[in-house]
Amino acid sequence: MSSGYYPRDLDLHPKAYTPGYRTTVLRSPQKALIGFDGSITEFTGPTFGHNTIGEFDNNLIVNYAKPGESAIGERIMVHGYVLDEEARPVRNTLVEFWQANAGGRYRHKKDTYLAPLDPNFGGCGRTMTRDDGYFQFFTIRPGAYPWPNGKNDWRPAHIHFSVFGTAFAQRLITQMYFEGDPNIAICPIVNTITDKSAIDRLTARLDMHNSRPHDMRAYRFDIVLRGKRSTMFENRKEGN
Amino acid sequence: MPYAPKLQESASQTAGPYVHIGCMPNTVGIHGVYDHDLGHEMITGDAQGERIKLEAIVYDGSGTPLKDAMVEIWQADANGVYNSPEDGRPSDPHFTGWGRQHADHDTGVFTFETVKPGAVTYNGVTQAPHVLVWITARGINLGLATRIYFDDETEANAADPFLSRIELKVRVPSLIAKRDGNTYRHEIYLQGDNETIFFDL
Ligand SMILES: [Fe+2]
Repeated sequence: MSSGYYPRDLDLHPKAYTPGYRTTVLRSPQKALIGFDGSITEFTGPTFGHNTIGEFDNNLIVNYAKPGESAIGERIMVHGYVLDEEARPVRNTLVEFWQANAGGRYRHKKDTYLAPLDPNFGGCGRTMTRDDGYFQFFTIRPGAYPWPNGKNDWRPAHIHFSVFGTAFAQRLITQMYFEGDPNIAICPIVNTITDKSAIDRLTARLDMHNSRPHDMRAYRFDIVLRGKRSTMFENRKEGN
Repeated sequence: MPYAPKLQESASQTAGPYVHIGCMPNTVGIHGVYDHDLGHEMITGDAQGERIKLEAIVYDGSGTPLKDAMVEIWQADANGVYNSPEDGRPSDPHFTGWGRQHADHDTGVFTFETVKPGAVTYNGVTQAPHVLVWITARGINLGLATRIYFDDETEANAADPFLSRIELKVRVPSLIAKRDGNTYRHEIYLQGDNETIFFDL
């Protein structure tokens, strides 16, 4: 039986209307969100079997490449845990990720940036967390890219993430940044988040301990989803 | 000081204009990585219940349909049971309950081929047939959650606990899809006089 999730701390999340990121101006609801305790609808969500995942789904270096070839760029492994707010593992949950190539170009007809497409890079991957919440995937470090917003805005290098959790109440889409990137602090999308520590938690750390010598460096990135409330085992007296 | 949980939730960031690359790559021409896009088919066999088509359009503050959004829906099966271990009751094995779609390039319509959900009774509470809708897109910083109810369920809607707690009754119709044959049509307005009700998921 499901008893719900910790309320979302909306101060940690970006507000809907953040004019520094201009597209939000016409896409932000202006009325208050309805507060709702949730129901079985929100306390359930889709689950996916491990057989959903193909052998190379978590390897963007090769999952779009021609046989014997691989994507151009700095080879990295990204890994971490999906946990809830009580640091409990979120197990067997689907994690999806997508990104630009090493030059900062997406494989998408609407992306017309000068940087060339890499014929061996598609830009999507997915994996399931293990029983302890752990996930890992292999990719190339994405490039920074310019985007139409202000006169000269550039996105810091980033990887987009989509995570399901065990219930729709935990559903989350976010982005991962790379430690030390000076574009993080001046990005209008990053700065829709006003809590500096929340930005810091979206910033992956270089992880030399888990890097593979002469092969690839590792980055550590943990994702935290809403905590699950404890079930109350309250005996009720008759008539109450 | 009140108790604080050990960790804080990761902050949301916009799904951006290229969300389809990650979540439905085949629809943007990235083939050969995944056999099929997840959520494309909700009915996987001889599912129980009435087959319906759910068509939704999402409008921005200028009245323009969002064509670069991704919409997900989550609903009970025809018997009012969710295909989730968290529900705990056996659900229809031929129905996933979860759909994910992009907008039609020309019209901006999101189309879900699904079954009409049953009323959901759980823990002694009954909800009218409904669908949870989650919208992400460029310019949406935190996924927007709303619900769709059905206009031919007047009695059940009147007794629904979610609809009942909406104080401004004039806003309730913003959650109710209109039936036309086997199709229910629904319009979602992000802003303006008819702004749709979104809730704190
Ligand atoms: Fe991006």
